[in-house]
Amino acid sequence: MPGKARGLVRRLLRHRLFVTGVILFGLMLALAVFADLLAVAAPERMHTRFRFRGPGWPFPLGTDNFGRDLWSRLVYGARLSLGIGFAVVVVAGIAGTVVGLVAGYFRRLDEPLMRAMDALMAFPAILLAIAIAAALGPSAVNAVIALAVVYTPRTARIVRSTVLVVREMEYVQAALAFGARHRWIILRHILPNSLAPLIVQLTFIFAYAVLAESILSFLGVGPPPPTPTWGNMIAEGKDYLREAPLLALYPGIAVMLTALGLNLLGDGLRDVLDPRLRVQHD
Amino acid sequence: MTGAPPLLAVAGLKKHFPITRGVLRRRQVGAVRAVDGVDFTVAAGETLALVGESGCGKTTTGRMVLRLIEPTAGSVRFAGEELTGLDVEALRPHRREMQIIFQDPYGSLDPRMTVAEILAEPLRIHGVGDRADRRRRVAELLALVGLPQAHAQRYPHEFSGGQRQRLGIARALALRPKLIVCDEPVSALDVSIQAQIINLLEDLQRDFGLAYLFIAHDLGVVKHVADRVAVMYLGRIVEEAPKRRLYAAPRHPYTQALLAAVPVPDPLARKAPAVLSGEIPSPASPPPGCHFHTRCPHAIARCRAETPALRGIADGHRVACHLVAA
Repeated sequence: MPGKARGLVRRLLRHRLFVTGVILFGLMLALAVFADLLAVAAPERMHTRFRFRGPGWPFPLGTDNFGRDLWSRLVYGARLSLGIGFAVVVVAGIAGTVVGLVAGYFRRLDEPLMRAMDALMAFPAILLAIAIAAALGPSAVNAVIALAVVYTPRTARIVRSTVLVVREMEYVQAALAFGARHRWIILRHILPNSLAPLIVQLTFIFAYAVLAESILSFLGVGPPPPTPTWGNMIAEGKDYLREAPLLALYPGIAVMLTALGLNLLGDGLRDVLDPRLRVQHD
Repeated sequence: MTGAPPLLAVAGLKKHFPITRGVLRRRQVGAVRAVDGVDFTVAAGETLALVGESGCGKTTTGRMVLRLIEPTAGSVRFAGEELTGLDVEALRPHRREMQIIFQDPYGSLDPRMTVAEILAEPLRIHGVGDRADRRRRVAELLALVGLPQAHAQRYPHEFSGGQRQRLGIARALALRPKLIVCDEPVSALDVSIQAQIINLLEDLQRDFGLAYLFIAHDLGVVKHVADRVAVMYLGRIVEEAPKRRLYAAPRHPYTQALLAAVPVPDPLARKAPAVLSGEIPSPASPPPGCHFHTRCPHAIARCRAETPALRGIADGHRVACHLVAA
């Protein structure tokens, strides 16, 4: 859709908050993608003679309590934290879309599926994630599983509600009248027309997931130390908040900027893709 | 309707939508009798207009013919073959023969598909031809409905309502059907465009021998397109007659009222008295006896007690009214 896409991009570029969000998130993404180039030292290497160094050379942001280079840990942390966030988005996005499509399209399955989703949503998000991650054991993969379980119902709800609207559209009736099979209708009509709110929601889930990952790591149920994740860095830095506040501050700021950037980006997408979606998020 | 079976024969068609109450134990407390026993036939190449106020069940009837809505009871025979009761797969080959044109030219085209994709969709669903065949057919269809070839790569939002309706018609023609259900195809269009679309439909009917089940909410538009007219009220047909006869000598009081409501393009003509008063009653609790008696100026005691049957009073003219003598 060349004409349509161009108009969309133009409206997005005029949306100042969206552009701000893209820049913020883009910066964080650049850290993660180019971590190998940006890092000045191995993130787990301890320079024991240079503990608690302030910003300067050869440690741009200083070092931590083990003499590890904070900048290098931050950029590799970006890779892991954003990677986990992205994996959560992919898994929860796919699982939630499948559940939402099926529940919304085949009304017979709606009650059982959505009540199961409600059951999952009855738990506070972060508590459930902690419980699952703790049960599975601390690792990056388990953090992804835990967070995906938490965010799948939210995705499913969004998708189901749009599917309920789209399935009643007359072009779906028309396809039925031609003798289209369910598969065809779901994949060619319902899914493409249900994507806009989903994409918006996924940017928010990305933000929550990065935040939640740092919480899991902070509580020790994420990827275990000395793996550099932002949560681990905050957890390790918290013991030295008085003496060396920068240890926890850098990763904290990184998490905050990522979440902020994604939220602005999502708001912008929502405004442009589907203005009717202006609702409060939890 | 003698000799060969009609293209479409509908008999005793009913649709009752259940009204349920209760949270844990859903129980049915009633039913909306959207369509309550409808019979009609459509011959090949003929136009039967189904006319009535909104809520009378005409749209539901049209959708049941196409099995887009599952009938509660009754029979739909197409070219002699019973369609009700067929499962989805058995129904598919029949779907090629009967198509639908929708009222809303905005909602009936998928906004994320190009015109070429929209027109080729029915062909792809039925696996007709290869890519090149389909491209040729799309070009043919665009030409048939009077749209330039260059429009094939555009999206629906780039078209006006009238152009979209042309696309809807082109899509309905893609599989060369024999019957098209036209569900108020011009109600959503500007008056100036309505005539163009009506003319297009008539041209196509002549060229391809199409039969139309033409659903409309007033008798004005129908006057041009229909061969026969069936008037529906609250889920039942109250009168059916060849067009000329219906317009010249309507027998059912409801038809008379509808005809009186058709605007006459003559500023000096005396305004017809408002024959109909009140609202159409709820189909969830239709009045007993003749459904129309609550609004009928001639109602007698019998109308309140006894449902009038649809009886033939002359060749092809059927009326459901106790007061009409055979």
